[in-house]
Amino acid sequence: MSLSVDITHRLGALDLYIAFQAPTGITALFGRSGTGKTTVINAVAGLLRPESGHIELSGEILFDAEAGISLPIHKRRLGYVFQDGRLFPHLSVRQNLTFGQRFAAGSGGLSLADVCDLLGIAGLLDRRPGTLSGGEKQRVAIGRALLSRPRMLLMDEPLAALDSARKAEILPFLERLRDQTDIPVLYVSHSVAEVARLATTVVVLEAGRVARSGRAEQILSDPDMVRQLGVREAGAVLPAKVRAHHADGLSELDISGGRLFLPRMDVAPGTTTRVRILAQDVILSRDAPVGLSALNILPVRIIALHEGNGPGVIVQMQSGEDRLLARITRRSADAMVLKENENVHAVVKSVSIARTDVGTA
Amino acid sequence: MTDWLQPAEWQALALSLRVSFWSTLLSLPLGVLVAYALARWQFRGKQLLNGLVHLPLILPPVVTGYLLLLTFGRRGLLGAWLEDAFGLVLAFRWTGAALAAAIMAFPLLVRALRLAIEAVDPKLEDAAATLGASRFWVFATVTLPLILPGLIAGAVLAFAKAMGEFGATITFVSNIPGQTQTLPSAIYTFLQVPGGESSALRLVVVSVVVAMSALLVSELLARRAARRVAGA
Repeated sequence: MSLSVDITHRLGALDLYIAFQAPTGITALFGRSGTGKTTVINAVAGLLRPESGHIELSGEILFDAEAGISLPIHKRRLGYVFQDGRLFPHLSVRQNLTFGQRFAAGSGGLSLADVCDLLGIAGLLDRRPGTLSGGEKQRVAIGRALLSRPRMLLMDEPLAALDSARKAEILPFLERLRDQTDIPVLYVSHSVAEVARLATTVVVLEAGRVARSGRAEQILSDPDMVRQLGVREAGAVLPAKVRAHHADGLSELDISGGRLFLPRMDVAPGTTTRVRILAQDVILSRDAPVGLSALNILPVRIIALHEGNGPGVIVQMQSGEDRLLARITRRSADAMVLKENENVHAVVKSVSIARTDVGTA
Repeated sequence: MTDWLQPAEWQALALSLRVSFWSTLLSLPLGVLVAYALARWQFRGKQLLNGLVHLPLILPPVVTGYLLLLTFGRRGLLGAWLEDAFGLVLAFRWTGAALAAAIMAFPLLVRALRLAIEAVDPKLEDAAATLGASRFWVFATVTLPLILPGLIAGAVLAFAKAMGEFGATITFVSNIPGQTQTLPSAIYTFLQVPGGESSALRLVVVSVVVAMSALLVSELLARRAARRVAGA
C-alpha cells in the first residue's frame, strides 16, 4: 500500500504544487496553518478537485487531470477522520460506527468488537453523539472510519480541537492503530509533539510546496528544520530500546550512541521506542563532566554548526548512528572554540525527556 | 355523528380531505427535488425555476386556474395528451382539483423544505460519502432524516393550503357537487342560496377543526423528529 500524490491547485493567494509518496505507516503532512495541508488531504479524499496532477493508491488511479479521471468519493474507500468528528447526530454511536459497513464490499477487516476494543468505546455504543465528550467523539469517528474497511486512513488534525488531557487519551490508540493494523495513514498536523510521537514518514509543507520529506527521525533531527519548528520545538528523535527498569524509578534505554535514563516507562524491557531530545535541553562540554547532577552524558562528534539570526547556534552532532541537536549561545560556541569533526560531550537533562514526547515505534 | 352534518356537507368534507391528501402526497417528491436543487445545486435558470415555483403565490388564483384550464383542459396541450396517452382527464374532475391544490400549495412546501435542506451541514454529507455512501444513499441515510422536521412542517402547511384552496380550483374544475365541490366551494355555494347559512356555518367549524388538528399533529411529529435529529 502506498499513496503517490503529484498535484497543483490554486487556492486564493496560495499556489500549491505538492508531490510526495506515502508508504505504509503514518505519513505526517506537517506545516503551519495555511500551507495547504487540508487541501492536499481533501484532494486525496475526492472532496476537492485539483486543477491538475495525478493521485494514485497502490497502482489504482484516484485522480488524473489529463485522463479526466476522478474516482467518486464513495468509491475511493479512504476512511476520513475530520478535525470536527462529524458524527451523524440522528444516529446512535453504534449506528454511526456501522454506517460505512453496509457499503463496504467483501468481508474481513476489523469487526465492531475489534474496533471497540482497540479504541475503548464498547461502553458508548447505545449513547447519542450529542452526549459524548470531545475525546469520545473523536474515538468514535476513528472507529467509524476504520469499520468502513478503508484502504487508507486520512486524518485531518484529529486532535487539534481537544485539550491536552484528551489528546493524551487518544494518542495511545493511534499508536496501537499504527502498530497493530497494516492500514497506512495520512496524518495532517501542525504539532511537532504529535508528529514526533506518531509519524514514520514526514512531509513538510511550506507555502504550498513540499519543503522536505523523508523518514521521521531524519527530518526531525535536521538542523534546517529549526526554522519550521521554531527553536523551542527543535530537537532530535531517535530510536531506543528499553534495557531495564531500576528500583529507583528510572528506566534504562539503549540508543546507538550510549544509554539514557529516564523516568520509568510503562513498557516491558526489550520494547523498542522513540525518544525525543529537544535542542534547548542539551548542554555541551569539552571534557567528560564530573560532579554533575545530569545522568545522561553522551560522547558525540560535531557535524555542523548553524548560525541563525539570533544569539543562538544550532549544533548538529553524531551520536552512534543517530544525530542530536543542541542549541547554545554564539558566545559559548566562540568561547569553547567549537569546530566541525571535534569530539565533545552532550549533557542531556533527563527530566527534559518529557513523557508525552516519548513514543513507541 | 353522521346526523350532525348533512350528506352534501359530508360529501364536501370527504372530497376536500381526499383532494388535499393526494395533492400533498404526490407533490412531496417533486417538492424535495426542487428544494434540493434550489438549495444545493448551481445551474443555469435557477432564478427562473425559483420564480416559476413561487408564481402561484403572487398571481391571482383565478389566473392560475385559468392557465390550468388552458393547459390541462380537454383541448389543452397537456390535457389532450394525458387523455390520449393515459386516459387521464383532469378538467372538471376531482383529480383536477388535486392538481390545482398541489400547484397552489407548492411554493409553501418548497420554501419549508429549502430552509430545512439549507440547515443540513454539507460536511455531514461529505463524511457519509467518504464512508462509501453514493449520492442516493447519502440523501436517504443522512439528508432525509435530518430534514424530517422541516418535511413534516412543509407537508402540513401544504395540506392546510390544499384544504383551503378556492380560486384556482373553482376556475379550473368548477363547482360540481360530489365531483369538484370542495369545502370552500361548498361554503361559497351555501352562502349563495337562501337558508344555507347554517350549512355554511357548520362547514366553517369543520374547517377550523381540521386545520387546528393538522397543526397540532404536525407540531407533535416535528418536535419528536427534531429531538431525534438533535442527537441528545
